[in-house]
Amino acid sequence: MDIFFYISAGIAIISTIMAISGRNAIHSLLFLILSLLAISVVFYLLDAPFIAALEVIIYAGAIMVLFIFVTMMLNIGLEHKQEKQWLNPSMWIIPSILAAILLGDLILALRNMPTAVAGAQLIQPKQVGISLFSTYLLAVEIAAILLMAGVIGAYHLGSQKKKVLHRFLEKK
Amino acid sequence: MLTVPVETQILFAGILFFLGLIGLLVRRNLVFMLMSIEIMFNSAGLVFIIAARHWNQPDGQVMFIFILAVTAVEVAIGLALILQVYHHFKTLDVDKINKLKD
Amino acid sequence: MTNLIVLIPALPLLSFLILVLFGGKLSRKVAGWIGAGSIGVAALLTIIVGISFIKSLPETKSYSVVIWQWLHVGNLTANIAFRLDSLSLVFIFVITFVGFLIHIYSIGFMANDEGFTRFFAYMNLFVSSMLILVLADNILLMYLGWEGVGLCSYLLIGFLYKEPANGAAARKAFIITRIGDTAMIIGIFILFLSFGTFNIQDIMHLASAKWAIGSSLAVITAALLLGGALGKSAQLPLQTWLPDAMAGPSPVSALIHAATMVTAGVYLIARTNVLFSLAPIVQTIIAIIGALTLLIAGFSALAQHDLKRILAYSTISQIGYMFLALGVGAYSAAIFHFMIHAFFKALLFLAAGVVILVLNEEHDIFKMGGLRKRMPVVFWTFLIGSASLSALPLITADFYSKDAILWFAFSSNSGGMVLWFAGIIGAFLTALYSFRMIFITFFGEAKTEPTFNAGKLMTVPLIILATLSVIGGFIELPTSMGNFHLFSNLVNNTLPNIAIKNVEQLEWLFQLISALIASIGIYLAYRFYFKKPAYIEAFNHSRLNHFFEKGFGFDKVYDVLFVKPIVWLAEIDKKDIFDQLNISISRLAIWGNHFLSIAQNGKLRWYLLSFAIGIAFILTLMLTK
Repeated sequence: MDIFFYISAGIAIISTIMAISGRNAIHSLLFLILSLLAISVVFYLLDAPFIAALEVIIYAGAIMVLFIFVTMMLNIGLEHKQEKQWLNPSMWIIPSILAAILLGDLILALRNMPTAVAGAQLIQPKQVGISLFSTYLLAVEIAAILLMAGVIGAYHLGSQKKKVLHRFLEKK
Repeated sequence: MLTVPVETQILFAGILFFLGLIGLLVRRNLVFMLMSIEIMFNSAGLVFIIAARHWNQPDGQVMFIFILAVTAVEVAIGLALILQVYHHFKTLDVDKINKLKD
Repeated sequence: MTNLIVLIPALPLLSFLILVLFGGKLSRKVAGWIGAGSIGVAALLTIIVGISFIKSLPETKSYSVVIWQWLHVGNLTANIAFRLDSLSLVFIFVITFVGFLIHIYSIGFMANDEGFTRFFAYMNLFVSSMLILVLADNILLMYLGWEGVGLCSYLLIGFLYKEPANGAAARKAFIITRIGDTAMIIGIFILFLSFGTFNIQDIMHLASAKWAIGSSLAVITAALLLGGALGKSAQLPLQTWLPDAMAGPSPVSALIHAATMVTAGVYLIARTNVLFSLAPIVQTIIAIIGALTLLIAGFSALAQHDLKRILAYSTISQIGYMFLALGVGAYSAAIFHFMIHAFFKALLFLAAGVVILVLNEEHDIFKMGGLRKRMPVVFWTFLIGSASLSALPLITADFYSKDAILWFAFSSNSGGMVLWFAGIIGAFLTALYSFRMIFITFFGEAKTEPTFNAGKLMTVPLIILATLSVIGGFIELPTSMGNFHLFSNLVNNTLPNIAIKNVEQLEWLFQLISALIASIGIYLAYRFYFKKPAYIEAFNHSRLNHFFEKGFGFDKVYDVLFVKPIVWLAEIDKKDIFDQLNISISRLAIWGNHFLSIAQNGKLRWYLLSFAIGIAFILTLMLTK
């Protein structure tokens, strides 16, 4: 089983690297979907099949499709030159060093991990559902309000405003 | 049964998180920045799932579902904003969108 | 009944507030009657309170009322509390009564002035502050009133602020009195440090219990308080502000710079007499300063051309008499002279104000003349005032008060021949310059025409004050004639009795001499300034006369000693040497702003990077601890 974890983890990391370093937005998004699928495999391996399914359906399915739609709408998939200009290799140095430092911190923090609870068993989706609608009922309601606000906000922001200026007066 | 040590699992999540961070800091395109944020969200969710398994509690998975909801909203608003920004500035370069300066 | 004393300072204050807040909306008539009416009611209350106080004199000879606690920090406590005793009773009577007459007069005098309500607001504030000063039960509240009257004096001298010279005179008065006030507040601090209380009565008791006579602390404190008194009362060497203070309207000169405020120094010394009796050397200095001042001011008055400046120097001189009396321990004589002086000097200033007003702001007495027929009421009242000022024997009030001072200057244990001689010379000068004023202004040929006749509002107060200047003296007759001591019996409830040498049988001789001297002075004034002006023509153009006219050149000396060096220092420091330090701080701040505003560049990625660096830093710090 462990080998599957390492393989999918490797795929996730490599495809994420490809996603953040790619110049073509569509390609990057496809790499990102690949990465998310790999992570959903990891979820499955971590005894969370329900979450793995959610990852595929909502993340890789809904959210990424939304990204692709917008990218295509804006037609920025082909701006290779501009992206190349923006992605100066020297710009990678500082964020990479920073990330390395933070990773070092993480490794430091992981030295004293508490031992796991004995007798680990599969957490059933049923358990998750019961917990969600009993202990976390209030949070669910809040999340519902948040989603509602998101819908209204997205609708409001997404709608094209009527032009106030005559086209001759517009700034070019 | 997965026997990978939990430290390795978290390290994996951490690597993903920092890749997202690097992406956020390096890219100038708003779409890529939003993607990087997605990566970071996802790795945070991954840690929750790892913790849920580690402690044998459902709460971690519940949290992941909440993260999912928040991410969905964030992406919807974020993409709508990107559309408006592109419409208004005719560019997606964050360095050009610096009117907050004054 | 005596609780009403709270209302006495409160009414003018209330009226001040009304005039300040709603002055613009009130008509002149209403504003004037509010201003004068509040003082009138206060005067009425004073009489009621005074009668009930005298009728049933309390055991402690005083009456206190605490209104509220003003300050309480650690062991520092100061109350808004008033204390009525016979000393403050005399003062509040003069302040409210003379103040009321002057306010009535002002309604007529200021009728055409554009700052009418402002004038009455300031005057009311002044009266209120002055009443607080004399009624205050603790020295801190007294200082509040003290500074309040100083402020009002400043505001009213500079009342006609469109003339820059008036503003300069106001500043001069303010700054010179400030010198004295600084000394005084240091003295107050010493008192508080030594006794831990501000209450005047407690301080006096503790001082006589704790301090030995002539101990250095007592001498220093008394000298510092004397400094305050000298500044306020325009005595040597801080007298130079008063002649310039005549830039204010005449009612102001009458009320503030003659009748009340300038005598605050006299009040202060009388009130804290215990301290001065603990410092005999300071008390001697007071007598010497008084004698010198009355002589210098008398000579200066003799050479002035400006009617109001003559009166100003005469005021300085008369207060010199009060200081002389205080110096020899004749407190009741000083207070008696204060009261009589308030009557006739207010009268003289008011009458002079009428003269100046109807002659279209003509101040020079040599351009007046012959006004006797044109304005009889003013002439007769002015004559009575001048007669009183020059202590015309028997009939005028000032004869009795000044005579008492002269007698005590000689007969007091701490007095002597020299002080008496200075006083008698001063009396001669007084008679000379007051009748010089009369003869030049009202007799001779007319040089200017009066433009209009003064109304009843102005003349009635003159008549009342003239009456008081005559009959006021009869409440205190010397031992040799009448032996009637109504006033000193009242005042001595509060102030210590004077100790005199065993020369009482000589008193009539001294009275005779002073009567003679005054009469000779008046006669010589008649000879020199009316009959044969040619006699003194040479003197009028002499350097000595010029020296007198400039007030013995004090202004020039101070200018060279203090003003010029400070101006010189200011010239050197034009570039603000010490400011450079402050400017460099601001430059540092501006530089820091430029430096930090580089960070504020609106670039989102820059913010994110610094955010991430911060997180990395904090996490590393926490984990590698």
